Amino acid sequence: MADTPKEIYFKKKEIAEDSDGSKELQVQRFSRLNRLLHIIMIISFINLALTGMSLKFSYTGWAVFLSHLFGGFESAGWIHRFSAVIMILVFTMHIIDILRQKKKEKKSWIMMVFDTDSMMFNKKDLHDLIDSIKWFLGKGERPEYGRWTYWEKFDYFAVFWGMIVIGSTGLTLWFPEFFTQFIPGWAINVATIIHSDEALLAVGFIFTIHFFNTHMRPEKFPMDIVIFSGRYPLEEFKMDRPEEYRQLVERGELEKYMVEPYPSIVLRTIKLFGWAALCIGFSIVIWIIYAMIFAYK
Amino acid sequence: MLKLKIFTVFAGLLFLLLNIETAAQDKSDCLMCHGDKSQYGERNGKKFSVFVDEKKFNSSVHGKIDCIGCHVDLKGSDFPHTDKVQKATCGGCHKDIQKMYDESLHGQAIRKGDNLAPYCKDCHGNHEIFPVKDPQSSVYPMKIPMLCGKCHREGSPVQIQRHIPQDSILENYTESIHGEGLLKKGLLVAASCVSCHSSHHILPHTDPRSTISRNNIAHTCAACHVGIEQVHRRIIKGQLWEKEAHVLPACVDCHQPHKIRKVFYDQGFADKECLTCHERKNIKSSVDGRSLFVDYAKMKESMHAKITCSQCHTGVNPSKMRPCENLSNKKVDCTSCHSQVGSDYQRSIHGKLFAKKDPNAPICSECHGTHEILGKKDPNSPIFATNIPVLCGNCHREGEKAAARKHSSEKNIITNYSESIHGRGLLKSGLTVTATCTSCHTAHKELPHTDPESSVNPKNVASTCGACHHGIQEQFEKSVHSAFVTKTDKKLPSCNDCHTAHGINRTDTEGFRLKIMDQCGKCHEVIAKTYFDTYHGKVSQLGYSKTAKCYDCHGSHDILPVSNPASHLNRKNVVKTCQKCHTNANKQFAGYFTHATHHDPAKYPLLFWTFYGMTGLLVGTFVIAGIHTLLWLPRSLQWRRRLKKKQSSKDEKENSKE
Repeated sequence: MADTPKEIYFKKKEIAEDSDGSKELQVQRFSRLNRLLHIIMIISFINLALTGMSLKFSYTGWAVFLSHLFGGFESAGWIHRFSAVIMILVFTMHIIDILRQKKKEKKSWIMMVFDTDSMMFNKKDLHDLIDSIKWFLGKGERPEYGRWTYWEKFDYFAVFWGMIVIGSTGLTLWFPEFFTQFIPGWAINVATIIHSDEALLAVGFIFTIHFFNTHMRPEKFPMDIVIFSGRYPLEEFKMDRPEEYRQLVERGELEKYMVEPYPSIVLRTIKLFGWAALCIGFSIVIWIIYAMIFAYK
Repeated sequence: MLKLKIFTVFAGLLFLLLNIETAAQDKSDCLMCHGDKSQYGERNGKKFSVFVDEKKFNSSVHGKIDCIGCHVDLKGSDFPHTDKVQKATCGGCHKDIQKMYDESLHGQAIRKGDNLAPYCKDCHGNHEIFPVKDPQSSVYPMKIPMLCGKCHREGSPVQIQRHIPQDSILENYTESIHGEGLLKKGLLVAASCVSCHSSHHILPHTDPRSTISRNNIAHTCAACHVGIEQVHRRIIKGQLWEKEAHVLPACVDCHQPHKIRKVFYDQGFADKECLTCHERKNIKSSVDGRSLFVDYAKMKESMHAKITCSQCHTGVNPSKMRPCENLSNKKVDCTSCHSQVGSDYQRSIHGKLFAKKDPNAPICSECHGTHEILGKKDPNSPIFATNIPVLCGNCHREGEKAAARKHSSEKNIITNYSESIHGRGLLKSGLTVTATCTSCHTAHKELPHTDPESSVNPKNVASTCGACHHGIQEQFEKSVHSAFVTKTDKKLPSCNDCHTAHGINRTDTEGFRLKIMDQCGKCHEVIAKTYFDTYHGKVSQLGYSKTAKCYDCHGSHDILPVSNPASHLNRKNVVKTCQKCHTNANKQFAGYFTHATHHDPAKYPLLFWTFYGMTGLLVGTFVIAGIHTLLWLPRSLQWRRRLKKKQSSKDEKENSKE
């Protein structure tokens, strides 16, 4: 399997380690907290997806199997609610983290939004999008992507939006007796549809488009572990995000982000986890497609 | 009229004056007034004729007797005599008869003041009494049945208001051998009412003096049937007729009173004669070699202990050495005693098959046995409750003859029953009151459910189940599902449509609670399907019974239109219904659409548009992101190759460095 660039790289690195003990430094991309939150979010999201989809597609055999696997609809329900709470906590933590960052770096809101490192869409993203399409169609070079590409920003806000929509409707469905004191009974039906279809969108999007965009692209195949390790080789960084690299070099900050790579045991664990998440995700996608095409009622 | 009355009074006075010294009143004296057809008397405000036809009176048996011979209270009275005339006294001459009459039921009733009780004149007439043998006589033998029948016919006040143990007396008599002889064939010697009951000494059969009491009946019958004991010699030994009349069967035990046509001549035919052969254990049929042995001791413990061989095996000839030699009825006909059961059986599918000579058709003995028939309360009996499923299963178990021939939707009847609540109650808990096959299908009148008379016909199922589940039947018959409430051409459900016929389960088990589409969904298909679009339905589909099922909200047997104030879903009750599970449910909570579907824009526009809005968002996102990804794919592959090249050139460089 020496044909993939990353594997070649890792193999090389191991050899290098063995031969002279020195380690080639890598570029830090994600903070420890963000990586942790992402891992927790994966676990909670997969649990939410499995338990939720088993209810949504209850007319299929796999749904019945899943529901029993989770110990029945009631215990599946509690796992769903527990995971939802975790997800909300992850979301809250992320917000707190942003606020803390703002305080630490003493940035104004405007700076937060219009900073080059900001998750907010900006003019460059529009240019990047147009240039990307040109590139896809063979009418240009690959755009020089920065710290956050437009599709990454899209993913981020998709999740942000999903959190609010699914979270709020989910709470309504969790406590209908409380909420119907303020909203009519039919709103519960509407909430059900929104919750369920938005969840379908989220699950579908994450397990196909997001998987492809960030992990499964041929150049990253079989998976990009940077979200777990938080660091990647300088070469890869240069090729992937030339704009960001250029800025870092210009500011002379590159050295600040150079860190030691993880030992191979950590990387292997990460890969194992990644594979598990990928498999579950793809299974869910296949089950949903099966349910919608062959068993739709 | 007034003139006439005055004249009568004057004439009477004149007569009295003229005859003052001649005290004797003869007939002609009375007829002076009573010979006049226009004469009338008055009693209790009612006028009645007091005319006496002299000619007829003279030709009657009492023609030579003076009026005062009977009207004794008028003896020596003045003309015109008082209005309050006593009834004519017959007993003055007919002393013995009067005594018998006084003792009789009729006489007793008179003394009690019974206004329906007959006097002498009610049977014999008053002035125009003729000898019994004179056809003019009201008590001429030919007239007796109608005379007694005046009061003792069906529907008469006597028959209705007084305690008469027999019914249809006149009708039965008319059709009996006696009635036919007398009335159709004119045989004056044929027995009429009075021949058995006597004419004046009519007593109840419980009275030992009665002609029809058990001890006297033989004597009464023998008045005509002289030497009848000779005919019955096989049954009762001669000398016993007189000696032990009280233990012998009375004539009416076999020859029913009044009917006397349907006769069990063979009853009492000594079993001993049969047993001379049939007690031998090795006795075998010369035709098919089957054993003809009868365990007499066991038979005497059976339900038929008091029944003799010849009562069932009719057609024996007592005068033959082997009475069964020319036995005409080879098969026993149980219906000669069990007539109601017999007619039920003939109506049943079993009986119909038997009539068609179907070899599979069960006959009485197949269920009840032959000589050792036990009652249904005897645990050893094949028709004891716990044995019935086995008994019916002999033919109706899968693979057996009835199951094989039946083109019914019901399969595995016996297995399903055994696992049902009824079957487990009966077979595992030993509850003999539990429904068995016969509780629903009846014991003898089993009919296919398509027959309107069948106990399992959809129309009758509710009352069949209601025999035990009465309270449920009451609820059901008030519900929308009852034909009493809903008039429709569509099929209404009966108990078995939801509960199944044989595999009836406890309604709180998962097996029952998850079969929504087999129950309500069978008819309410569309609305039942929409249930599965909601949380309740989805959980049900996952195989869990805990969420609300149709009947948890709608009620089960007491389903009523929502407009009915007693309905569980009526505006007033619906919150309470939700609160059964959702303790804190409020009025708005109850506004949740439990049958919501996003496929119906007319009924649920909000849900429809929400769904399509969400679907649009979903499809839009996937289309845009999908196109983006697909376009990216070839470039990404290209990029991969570039990376690879770069990597290998770098490796080469490093290698050359080394």
